[in-house]
Amino acid sequence: MIKLLTNLDRRWIFLAMALCVAVPILVIGLTGKTIPETPTPLAEAFFNEIDTAGESKGRRGHVLLAFDYDPASAGELSPMAISLVHQCAQRGLRMYFMSLWPVGPQMIDESISKVIDRHYPELVYGEDYVNLGFKAGNEQVIKVMGIDLTTEFRTDTKGTPLQQIPMMKGMTSLEDFDLIAEISAGYPGTKEWVLYSATQYNIPMVSGMTGVQAPLMYPYYPGQLKGLLGAIKGAAEYESIVNVWVREQKFAEALVAGGMDEAKAQEVAAKLMDKPAQVSTWTESAEAADLDPKTKAELITIATAPIPGEFLEGQRRMGPQLFAHLLMVLLIILGNVVFFAQRRQGGRS
Amino acid sequence: MSRVGLRSVLILTTLCTLCASGVVVAAMASNSAAAPPEPPTNLIAVDKPWDGGGVVELEWTASVTPDIKGYEVFVHQMVSPLVGELETNMQADAEAEDQTQEILEGEGVAPEDADQQARVEAENDVTLTTNEPEWTSMGIVLGNELAYTATGLDKATPYVFMVRTIGADSTASANSNITTQLIPVAAWFDGEKLPLFCILGVICGAVFLFVLLARNGMPMKIRTIAGLKAVDEAVGRATEMGRSILYINGIQDMDDLQTVAGVTVLGHVAKTAAEYDAKIEVPTSRSLVMTAARETVQASYFTAARPDAYNPDLIYYVTDEQFGFVAYVSGMMTREKPAACFYMGAFFAESLILAETGNSVGAIQIAGTAQPSQLPFFVAACDYTLIGEEFFAASAYLSGQPDQLGSLKGQDVGKILVGILIIIGVTLATIASATASAPGLAGLHESMTSAVDFLVNTILGS
Amino acid sequence: MQVLTRSIPLLITGLAGLVMILSAFFPYTSDWGKIAGNFFNIIAAFAFVLGGGNLLKIHLKKVSDQSEGWGYSGVILVCFITTLVVGLGKLGAYPNPDFPNVRLSGETQSSGGFWWAYEYVFKPLTATMFSMLAFYVASAAFRAFRAKNFEAILLLGTAFIILLGRTFAGVLVTGFISPDGPLGGLRLEELSVYVMQVFNTAGNRAIMIGISLGIASTSLKILLGIDRSFLGSGD
Repeated sequence: MIKLLTNLDRRWIFLAMALCVAVPILVIGLTGKTIPETPTPLAEAFFNEIDTAGESKGRRGHVLLAFDYDPASAGELSPMAISLVHQCAQRGLRMYFMSLWPVGPQMIDESISKVIDRHYPELVYGEDYVNLGFKAGNEQVIKVMGIDLTTEFRTDTKGTPLQQIPMMKGMTSLEDFDLIAEISAGYPGTKEWVLYSATQYNIPMVSGMTGVQAPLMYPYYPGQLKGLLGAIKGAAEYESIVNVWVREQKFAEALVAGGMDEAKAQEVAAKLMDKPAQVSTWTESAEAADLDPKTKAELITIATAPIPGEFLEGQRRMGPQLFAHLLMVLLIILGNVVFFAQRRQGGRS
Repeated sequence: MSRVGLRSVLILTTLCTLCASGVVVAAMASNSAAAPPEPPTNLIAVDKPWDGGGVVELEWTASVTPDIKGYEVFVHQMVSPLVGELETNMQADAEAEDQTQEILEGEGVAPEDADQQARVEAENDVTLTTNEPEWTSMGIVLGNELAYTATGLDKATPYVFMVRTIGADSTASANSNITTQLIPVAAWFDGEKLPLFCILGVICGAVFLFVLLARNGMPMKIRTIAGLKAVDEAVGRATEMGRSILYINGIQDMDDLQTVAGVTVLGHVAKTAAEYDAKIEVPTSRSLVMTAARETVQASYFTAARPDAYNPDLIYYVTDEQFGFVAYVSGMMTREKPAACFYMGAFFAESLILAETGNSVGAIQIAGTAQPSQLPFFVAACDYTLIGEEFFAASAYLSGQPDQLGSLKGQDVGKILVGILIIIGVTLATIASATASAPGLAGLHESMTSAVDFLVNTILGS
Repeated sequence: MQVLTRSIPLLITGLAGLVMILSAFFPYTSDWGKIAGNFFNIIAAFAFVLGGGNLLKIHLKKVSDQSEGWGYSGVILVCFITTLVVGLGKLGAYPNPDFPNVRLSGETQSSGGFWWAYEYVFKPLTATMFSMLAFYVASAAFRAFRAKNFEAILLLGTAFIILLGRTFAGVLVTGFISPDGPLGGLRLEELSVYVMQVFNTAGNRAIMIGISLGIASTSLKILLGIDRSFLGSGD
């Protein structure tokens, strides 16, 4: 056995890893069941920072969404990017998309089409969100944006001059944004944004990033970075917070539309969110006596409607990650078994 | 309909009529319970001194109304003098043209007089419209705060400011006094960056000083760096095996200092390769790196007295695309099986792919990078790794020139400075934390906390 | 020649570096830094042409010499030229709705051959290369993580905490510990965040301070012309 392990062809390891990743993907894909998530304070801080964007200025939050990643890291980063747009859209924030990576605009388009076009078609381009596209020059772009936004961006990706875009009115430099939300796969990315914008101009910033980058960015939390999502784990935690919150918001919206006052609606929505399975029982209770049947039916629909697949991508990917990590632990143990066996043999000889 | 119902309708109608005529509104305004809060007074705006421009500090005297929610700060951006004059003239020209025609048609005056008269009227009109400020809200501060720092303003445009009180029931007061026009100009030096400037001065000064001392004969010692010592071994092995040496200079451009440091090490590796007559191949991910690498390798071959052996075609551009480059290099490694692989520069996710591929073909591998996230991968898969500053010290180590070794000594002064700052910071923060709840030490706690704040926000924040 | 290859580049380096330092501290010079940055962007853009030319030269030579592996060079040339023609010619891209009669007015980010190549060739290939990391990490873990000494044992223990704590396995293994109890911090998911935030951060900061000082010192050497090795001075 030890001899077999000592001379183990690395292709067997590759095969084991392939199975550990492929089998959970298939099982989760077929059954639709994901592994539960417990959010960490980092993900909660990320969520809260976006939730309160613009509040200090008493206005609708203006959020700069910098998507600095490419297809290679999209598997790790696009779930958090999608959840980010989801939260911003639901919260009614103004979204300014941009990228310092040449292929970033495709990543932006993907998020817009999956979230805004499909689920928030009422949002108007130019009033609620704008795509400023890619700008070459790495951190130079950030530096120049800090001085003057229009020097770097004269038009949006469609070629419309910024002066003609309603939501660009009054946006002259980075300091006009309430929050910078960065999704980063490397250079230029979180570090550059922290150094040249968050630190320089004291703008609140949150960032999601790849697993390899995350350890380097922890020092910036909670000073320069107000929230941090690391890899798929962070994405899955944030995704679960956003999904719960969005459903709660929909409950509250339905209750307000049904005539309940806003504070009470929020309180009831939070209660319903704790036990969504018991919504239909609640609609029969005395507390719901004043609601009309249409509102009750809508509440049950919200509680039972499945969460769209694009908002579960992060949680779905935690399955393969779990088995891949377990395999790594097993391989490390096996590697050490071989090591100690060889050392013992060496000692005997 | 009953008599009561009819009376209610009549009262309601009368109320509506009164409301419309403003009587009720005036009556309500006179009622103290529903009255809006009083505005703040003595609003003063001062351009922040010693800044980079675009910042104005506002201060005011509190509103006399008690129990208020806060204050809302408003700004009006005046048209900048030059642009304003131009716009006023253009607008006035356009209006004057229309009015000249009207005057000519209606009043029978001479064309020149009509033109002049219209011009004056038009200018008055435009001045009147531009005098109406367009207030934009900058933000809200709490009721106990009586100051606000307005940031993000244009350095060359005049501004005026105004503040309103927000009452307990969210009603806004009338406008406060409007400040005088103010241009938030930039100072000649950004005072906020003074601590950084001083730190930079000390570190650069130390480097400069030790370079001079080294030139004057002060002995400089540097510890052995295993990774650099192994360069000869790796090149010798490649020569013995009759296989090539692969040198990857990272995947960033020449504006990244790691790439520059990588090119420096390349010079030494190429010189050794030229001496041993080994073949060195340098695929690059940036065109400018290719040009720089060619210059360096050519110079190394000249230094080794082997200019004839230099082949520029072995230093070539592949692609800027990260994984395209990795695919090419991994494929080449698998086919050509180089005996030695050097990875010196800025690397990202490709570090492990390259190092593991190199490991699988049995190459001796030496890596150097200042990307902390990639160091564990290189340490795991390579034989030697230059960690962070060792990589930057490579140039001095390899050249052995006193100038360069002196700069390393100067760098050590920087480390001592950082160490002192860390010790001071940790001590102050610990005392601040320990005295937080100690009775009778509130004064000490407060001064320690403000010292920590100064260190973190002013010195490190610069 | 010495002037062109040594003195002028050193002068440019020194001036550009000085401008960048001045622009950081003196507001009136902040635009100079911007201009220097723009210059680099322009030069880097021209370098694309240099790179393309070199790529063509090297691989055309390989094909014409029929040297070993010339077939791969052929594939590179075909892909390079096809992408260039399709991209620059905006083949298949819809014109801009404001200028329907101008074929080249369209954009290539959501339609046309270039977009198709990006979406269905480039994207899957890039993702494939990136995903290879998973396999290499596994083989490196098997080979390199050995409990050779005390430090290595500490490293191994930390690796287990992180690997398990970053997945649901952490919740399964230490789920019995109450998160609000005095031992709540020992739950693997809490422990993994603690390790990353405290031990990892401390180690990283030390490395980063060393690197930053190294960068400052190296920059100064280059600006003052003490280190000229990047210009090919040898050592």
